[in-house]
Amino acid sequence: MAAPSPTPFSRLFNSSVDARPTSLKTATILGPKLKSGETEQAHLRLLTSFKHLKFKASKEPPGLTQQLDNRKLESLTESENGCDLFEDLKHRFLRFKRRKFKENLDHFQNLAQGQAPKFMIIACADSRVCPSIILGFQPGEAFMVRNVANLVPTFESGPSETNAALEFAVNSLKVENILVIGHSCCGGIRALMSMEDEVDSSSFIRSWVVVGKNARLITKSAASNLSFDQQCRHCEKESVNHSLLNLLTYPWIEEKVAEGVLSLHGGYYDFIDCTFEKWTLDYKASNREKNSRFAVKNQFYWC
Amino acid sequence: MASLSLEETVEGGKRLINTSENEDNSAKLEKPTAELPLADLIPSSSSFDPVQAIIEGFKDFKLNEFDPNRPCYDELAKGQEPKFLVFACSDSRVSPSTILNFKPGEAFTVRNIANMVPVFDQLKHSGTGAAIEYAISVLEIPNILVIGHSRCGGIERLMSYPEDRSAPFDFIDDWVKIGLPAKLKVKAIWGNCSFDEQLKQCEKESVKLSLTNLLTYPYVRKAIAKNALKLMGGYYDFVDGKFEVVLFETHFSPPIPAI
Repeated sequence: MAAPSPTPFSRLFNSSVDARPTSLKTATILGPKLKSGETEQAHLRLLTSFKHLKFKASKEPPGLTQQLDNRKLESLTESENGCDLFEDLKHRFLRFKRRKFKENLDHFQNLAQGQAPKFMIIACADSRVCPSIILGFQPGEAFMVRNVANLVPTFESGPSETNAALEFAVNSLKVENILVIGHSCCGGIRALMSMEDEVDSSSFIRSWVVVGKNARLITKSAASNLSFDQQCRHCEKESVNHSLLNLLTYPWIEEKVAEGVLSLHGGYYDFIDCTFEKWTLDYKASNREKNSRFAVKNQFYWC
Repeated sequence: MASLSLEETVEGGKRLINTSENEDNSAKLEKPTAELPLADLIPSSSSFDPVQAIIEGFKDFKLNEFDPNRPCYDELAKGQEPKFLVFACSDSRVSPSTILNFKPGEAFTVRNIANMVPVFDQLKHSGTGAAIEYAISVLEIPNILVIGHSRCGGIERLMSYPEDRSAPFDFIDDWVKIGLPAKLKVKAIWGNCSFDEQLKQCEKESVKLSLTNLLTYPYVRKAIAKNALKLMGGYYDFVDGKFEVVLFETHFSPPIPAI
């Protein structure tokens, strides 16, 4: 298919790229779809457009890789709306395809049939703490949930995005390890620590981070003599332990931990000094009665 | 719920945990170590060892990425200015950092089942809302990218249940039903196609639905109105090794006068 757009990007791909013209569709964003007879204000039709660009990288002509290498990849310099970003994403994907996908085709073909990760990771959405980067998880190795402040709500709090993922990972994929990773300078924990006790929670951030309120309470009582920054750091770690305890409120998680087929781990990544701490919840050693303590084992600190 | 005692709160990891009182476990526990060089921590077991996996991974990151680029990481530690807010699936095969080579600092990333963005609901979906609010209002991220993918288990559940008469999941079913409008559209348009084809279409329609749902967040609408935010959808096909992107734009037509 000929590429109608004259950008350099489409010239490179020629037969490979499928740059369709802008398609305009009438769609409603909110509310029921208007039927033609019911349209009262025809001049206010809301149009949505989906500009399509497809990277059929598997069919690129020989020499294309070299062309891409030689090209100067200054992103965000094109004038057409979104094309500069597409250029950037295209380059990123092709780099992955070249360096990883093609080098490990058999592995990726197996993965396409199904995943069997050993880990479930719960990490923060913070751009600086991707577990794939800092812990080197390769495709297929870690089922990952990322949310603000790597929080785990309790079973009793009802359905949420985090526990839907927990249910899938533990009951369907049957992962053997859950690792909750906290990190330094966490904005979500800072927001939690900054909350006033009686607050107008019109903010989403507040409504969410309140999941970690027990960690805040413990921090306030244990570390009130420390500076605010130090209290936040304390809470970042306290919150990981709090999340581990919250994991045990799920009956199907506690059951598997008690049987020894599932391990719960806490982690803390400090990106100021580049250190990583890891510890494992010692379920058997933990006293499960009221006011019980939380025992850990296999604690490591890497620097 | 068990309460934590301060003594057992992990504090910088530099204290050794005293394991001598846990007699039952002393045979199983390795002695915790602190501040050892990474090379000394690698056990020799040939079966999968989760600790070894993480050690190797972190060692590689620190030696080959962090240390050589220390000045960049020092800057990052002061604050993040990512250009992307990414919604991706929790699926282990589709990490955006891997397939799109996002470096630390580039993408604020939310990962959930089937990469869904629910409609604004402060009571039910505060997690997603918190991420969007933080990303757009606080970090002022200029691009949102929602990435769907092939062979998505969440989408398969959405398309199968309850027609397959299987037992309900406590949480998964409640979550994936966010995608019901996409399912209805797929059934209407591609209902006569194979189930595999319907799944593929739903994976893509669900991305478009999520992009539409983003508009129900006031800070998203505000940023778009100021021309400070772009919305994009992506689809990663790991069967064929392809990636496609859509740009989502909304605008009004010129007035059409009623004569």
